[in-house]
Amino acid sequence: MPAPSLSPATRGAPPGHALGEIAFRFACAAAVTLLLAAIAGLIFSLILGGFPAFRAFGFGFLTSTEWNPVTDVYGAAGPIVGTLITAFVALLIALPLALGVAIFLVEFCPARLSRALAIAVELLAGIPSIVYGMWGLFFLAPWFAAHVELPMMSGANIFTASLILALMVLPYMAAVFRELFLTVPLHMREAAYALGCTPFEVVRAVVIPSVRRGMIGVIMLGLGRALGETMAVTFIIGNAHGLPHSLFDSGSTIASTIANEFAEATSDMHSAALIALGFLLFVMSFAVLAIARLLLRGARQ
Amino acid sequence: MIRHRSAVWAWVAAMAVACPACATEITGAGATFPAPVYAKWGEAYRRQTGISLNYQAIGSGGGIKQIKANTVDFGATDRPLKPAELAAAGLYQFPTVVGGVAPIVNLPDVRSGQIRLSGPLLGDIFLGKVRRWDAPQIAALNPGVALPRLPITVVHRSDGSGTTFLFTSYLALKNREWALRVGASDAVSWPAGIGGKGSDGVAAFVKQTPGSIGYVEFAYARQNGAGTILLQNKAGHFVAPGAATFGAAAKAANWLRSPGNHVLLLDESHPDAWPITGATFILVHRRPSDAARSGQVLRFFDWTYDSGDSLAAGLDYVPLPRIVKTLLVRQWGALIKADGKPVYVGR
Amino acid sequence: MSARVVRRRIANALFVGLCGLATLIALAFLILILWTLFSKGFGGIDRAVFLLDQPPPGSAGGLRNAIVGSLIMCAIGMAIALVVGILAGTWLAEYGAGTRAGAVIRFLNDVLISAPSILIGLFVYELLVAPFHGFSGLAGGIALAFLATPIVVRTTEDILALQSGTLRDAGMALGASRAFVIRKIIWKAGRTGLLTAGLLGFARISGETAPLLFTSLGNLNNNYSHLTQPMASLPTTIFQFALSAYDDWQRLAWTGALLIALAVLGINVAGRLLAREAHRP
Repeated sequence: MPAPSLSPATRGAPPGHALGEIAFRFACAAAVTLLLAAIAGLIFSLILGGFPAFRAFGFGFLTSTEWNPVTDVYGAAGPIVGTLITAFVALLIALPLALGVAIFLVEFCPARLSRALAIAVELLAGIPSIVYGMWGLFFLAPWFAAHVELPMMSGANIFTASLILALMVLPYMAAVFRELFLTVPLHMREAAYALGCTPFEVVRAVVIPSVRRGMIGVIMLGLGRALGETMAVTFIIGNAHGLPHSLFDSGSTIASTIANEFAEATSDMHSAALIALGFLLFVMSFAVLAIARLLLRGARQ
Repeated sequence: MIRHRSAVWAWVAAMAVACPACATEITGAGATFPAPVYAKWGEAYRRQTGISLNYQAIGSGGGIKQIKANTVDFGATDRPLKPAELAAAGLYQFPTVVGGVAPIVNLPDVRSGQIRLSGPLLGDIFLGKVRRWDAPQIAALNPGVALPRLPITVVHRSDGSGTTFLFTSYLALKNREWALRVGASDAVSWPAGIGGKGSDGVAAFVKQTPGSIGYVEFAYARQNGAGTILLQNKAGHFVAPGAATFGAAAKAANWLRSPGNHVLLLDESHPDAWPITGATFILVHRRPSDAARSGQVLRFFDWTYDSGDSLAAGLDYVPLPRIVKTLLVRQWGALIKADGKPVYVGR
Repeated sequence: MSARVVRRRIANALFVGLCGLATLIALAFLILILWTLFSKGFGGIDRAVFLLDQPPPGSAGGLRNAIVGSLIMCAIGMAIALVVGILAGTWLAEYGAGTRAGAVIRFLNDVLISAPSILIGLFVYELLVAPFHGFSGLAGGIALAFLATPIVVRTTEDILALQSGTLRDAGMALGASRAFVIRKIIWKAGRTGLLTAGLLGFARISGETAPLLFTSLGNLNNNYSHLTQPMASLPTTIFQFALSAYDDWQRLAWTGALLIALAVLGINVAGRLLAREAHRP
């Protein structure tokens, strides 16, 4: 028998297969390099495209609320604030609902019904976001305008936009919470029940603490999704660029501003300002994701 | 899966190769306002000649941007470019149809076409200076009308649009404070109100908010059955939006002596003219790199001048006066050239 | 019964009630949205929708060009995503597992997953539309690939990492090369999971609108062969029709939205059936 190859790359390879081994490994590495190049290209193009705006307005770009295409003066404060508020309010609405659904499906629901309902909830996740936007514009907003008595307002405001966003992240979070809860070993639950705990106490004392880090990670991922959602929000947020004074004021988000204005932006500074907005959104998603990662890594161990 | 992969790649490669049939499709992009009529014309043209038109409504600014970047065969804009802009980009523009922008209102207990407003007052409303429907300025123009005791909710466009350009240009013309504070453009910094996406978004918000006022392309007002207003024109008459009043404005305009075909039909002096009328324009390169393609574009629009009037009227657009069309086709022969030869010389 | 027990029972009942309420609320919205979708879109589903191209207002038509365009661009996107994604995911699971580089790449991949799709659209516009002076179905397909690939990468890595180490050891012990082990054993063992990865990626990109607006532009006509020309897609057509003034366009928009929802639904069901197949002993 020929001596086994000692080169690390091909060790263990049957004679004659060394080339195939290297080729395969190369293909995998090439794919990864392509992926990296894509990400780098994305970040680079955002920075390059947005640079003129950052250079012209400096740090004031982040704090100014003036967004005037006629005079070519742009400030991102309005969209930034709108993005953060809608995302947080959406999470505020979605989180208890998602938790409730997941707990109900795992702890209280009979097994077959639970599976069926889990599938039903995941269906919500599959509905394209443009449908949410249309539904929001043609049903939610008018219903809101007709039934909620508030001075000087329409259905096109930050609150309704947050509501739509909440509906979009809800199924995703509920599904992942459910999976997390299912990872809690049965014997831990049974031990608690054996001690005489009610289901409520089992959840509170056993299930949630053991998946707490994972839960926070999922929350962060839901937040990331809410930050970047475009179509559903654009239809219904009212698109006023200043700082909103109340939850029922119209506002704007970064994504909706880009979607509304990029195709039309003829002045270079307008385009640059929009790409700069995109870069800021990217940074926000990145930060949220980094935190989620840190937390989830702890949970996985 | 790996066995079939090579077949897939072969198919993709075959598809990617540009085929001679591509020459029979004209691509244009731009204003949303004329999108329905361009689509209608395109359908009829293809039935007659086999050449397809692909027009995508990405907005007037988008049309300008894309024709400058040469990613489309023609651009379409509701906002005509000024002669200096045209010269700088090497473009030529010509109008195709005329239409109007109509303010729409949602006033309970008031019929459509009952409320009368004037240009300066419209400006004040959109500035946020006049805040209630029963304000004295509105009552002065509407004696005998029971105005609702509601606050005014202004609805404007959230996305950039030629409709906004027309509307704000009119307001700037009639209301000095508007001209100073806000100006006229595809997208402005609105002093008051909420923004709807597209004319449809505006119409939807107006429909659901009592006491609101917005502005849309007339087709939307008609199709949605929204409440329209009577606007006072330059001659002092209160006119309603419609094909007749748009046509009156088009007749009165100074087509023949506008450099670069930069014509705004705002506040025309004809007694029946609707004050917020405008034409929509096509942009092409004066020295096109692909002469054949450019010729196809011009041939298509010449065909629409000849045969497209009834189709346009059916969708609430107003065709150009005949004499203007003849002049424009002559201009094409004189101005759009490749290698010194005109790209299209008309029938 | 002591007061404490009563309190605990009440707290429990309240809690169960709240959770049930949450589920009811979530289901109520689901039903509401689906009902809207069906009631407005179902009436429009007939042969014409699949056989005719999109019409100007007032003419009869369907969504054929949009459906065909979407299928083609999704196919391109998925082809790229599957090739690049599975290979990259394999690298992460096999060659890069536990390394520093692997951790960084995994993180960056997650960054790409959560990047807002509209930014991807802007990027591909600058990359493939502006320099080549034309919108194209190819650019649209590549934009979709950007969206689907990271999902395939992550799912592949997760699936492959789950494969038992003993499988690998057994293969190597028999003298197989590492590549052989991966391709013939590990991939085969995880093939349902890999298929799920593909389905997840497809579900993601089938409803995307924003990136296609700036890359494939759209086409009134049925472009099934010229990838370097603009191409229609279902989401962008829906977008345009929904925001129009014309009833027949709006009806087509709802029908198109229903078609997409049904497609994604079907994919979900297919994925589940496949998963169940795999777990059958």
